[in-house]
Amino acid sequence: MSYLLQQALNALQLGSIYALIALGYTMVYGILTMINFAHGDLFMVGAFLCFVAAVFLGWSFVPSLLLSMAGVALLGVVIEKWAYKPLREAPRVSAIITALGVGIFLENFTLALSPYPKHIPPLIAHDIWTLGGVSISSLQVLIILLSVLLMILLDYIVQRTMVGMAMRAISWDKTTAPLMGVPVNRVISITFAIGTSLGGAAGVMYGLAYPVIDPYMGIMVGWKAFISAVVGGIGNIRGAMIGGFILGGVEILVAAFLPSTYRDLVAFALLLVLLIFRPYGILGRPHPQKV
Amino acid sequence: MKIDRGEIGTAIRTMTESRFFMPSLIAAGFVLSLAVSQFELLDPYLQLIIMYVGINIILTASLNLVNGYMGEFSVGHAGFMAVGAYTASILTVSVFPGGATTLFFPAAVLAGGLVSALVGLVVAIPSFKTRGDYLAIVTLAFNMIVKSLIENLDAVGGPRGFLGMEKLTSLPWVFFWTVTSVWIIRNLVYSNFGRGVLSIREDEIASDLMSVNTRHVKLLVFVISSFFAGIAGALFAHLLQYINPRMFDILKSTDILIMVYLGGIGSIAGSIIGATTVTLLLEVLRPMGLWRMVLMPLLLVVLMIVRPRGIMGLRESCWFVPLRDVLAAKLRRALKETADVSS
Repeated sequence: MSYLLQQALNALQLGSIYALIALGYTMVYGILTMINFAHGDLFMVGAFLCFVAAVFLGWSFVPSLLLSMAGVALLGVVIEKWAYKPLREAPRVSAIITALGVGIFLENFTLALSPYPKHIPPLIAHDIWTLGGVSISSLQVLIILLSVLLMILLDYIVQRTMVGMAMRAISWDKTTAPLMGVPVNRVISITFAIGTSLGGAAGVMYGLAYPVIDPYMGIMVGWKAFISAVVGGIGNIRGAMIGGFILGGVEILVAAFLPSTYRDLVAFALLLVLLIFRPYGILGRPHPQKV
Repeated sequence: MKIDRGEIGTAIRTMTESRFFMPSLIAAGFVLSLAVSQFELLDPYLQLIIMYVGINIILTASLNLVNGYMGEFSVGHAGFMAVGAYTASILTVSVFPGGATTLFFPAAVLAGGLVSALVGLVVAIPSFKTRGDYLAIVTLAFNMIVKSLIENLDAVGGPRGFLGMEKLTSLPWVFFWTVTSVWIIRNLVYSNFGRGVLSIREDEIASDLMSVNTRHVKLLVFVISSFFAGIAGALFAHLLQYINPRMFDILKSTDILIMVYLGGIGSIAGSIIGATTVTLLLEVLRPMGLWRMVLMPLLLVVLMIVRPRGIMGLRESCWFVPLRDVLAAKLRRALKETADVSS
């Protein structure tokens, strides 16, 4: 029992990181119907910014986190302005390929700057509490609480504020929203800033939980977060959160009962099965083609 | 002596439009590749690069069939390549007797392609129901499952990789398979069946209504595309003489995708240009070390912004357009001119 609870806690930790990254994918998709494949690499940049803040500037946890989020948000907005905006009217695939290119650029640029894997120093006190046979580390609590807090904040922004209303309006109808006075470019920039800063926060947490970071760490995590977004129904914000926790849960479960090399195999096989039964994700709505 | 440019142009055009032109060009190329590999006319390093270009052309052209001509978004092409590479390598190393491997090499390559085609059949089935991003996920998951499966199969070396292949891939073989795949794909695209493939890209429902059997077309296109990916994988394995699962991960698929979209979708000439440009640029920029890997994606992004459809996007070099289509276009132009004159 306590073993299961322990694994559930691990699943929550991994799932909240996946969910945070998946949110970035799904927000950009919702508003631009474009898959930002550079998002996983922005997550990596977040982890590296945290490393810079912690080692070179000697900052503590909160300022490092804020620096990472702000830096990644800025980078996201700049990428959108320079690389994606000129392609808004182009075929969708061109934008996707551009995103892939930006992602590879970020990976290799970081690699050229720092060829060796880096180690993030522990930024918060590492306390372990034992509750009924389950050991809980302060880091786990921090990651889960902070992610949930960020998700609640995001949900509030999207559902309750004017900016959120503008985002939902654009994702609902791209032609009418600007006619109603919604400043499309500004809202898209804000969406990118929020989505990528969540990815940056996830990068910091991932870097604290699994302290060795390298420029290619964003690829696998990014693809998995993308899968989470699809499982939840891409474009749907609550779906992305659910999808992240599902994928995290499945991965931890498989690793708990099978050799850990089977983790990806089972996770992706499950994904395929799910997509056969619900081809539009858990919370996604099917878009019937009208003739 | 004064040279009349127009006359030379006409002469070249009549030569290229002759029906013996392409076959004789290919035959000459084959003899040349045979001579180069037999008498070491070229530096081995240069030969290696040419072989890489050939393998990449096969991969790019076959992915272009699915992504460019049929308009799906498959992102797991390296998975098919892995299936072909491992099948052929197991055959040449463990099944065929030691001395006769050279003799059996074509059979092994063909078997690699066939097994890969069989796997392509399975991946094609989800494409009946979904397309777009969800099909992309299916192919992505397929790629990762293949890699993960091979990593867990200890019989083929698992994550350590598989070795023991002889260097059986040579310039003539690469030339032969590149020409064959390009030829088959080109004929397919300009056939009646190929029109069905194009119609699925333009509008799936409409093509269904015009009695194109969309399931049949999708199945066959996926099978053919994965067949050639398997062939390319088999050639790749016997060129490098060592394969491991990490070579065929999502990064490799991304590389092929970039060649397709850089060259331009729905164009055979584009596939050839894309594969050649990327492969050669990476070699030419080698002195830059790590920074060439920074420059390449930047070039890609700039090219995508300047030319969103790639270098050749949806256009074709006249060399690959069948004579009947060229003549039909000429006839149409002539008719239009006479109509203009008479009116």
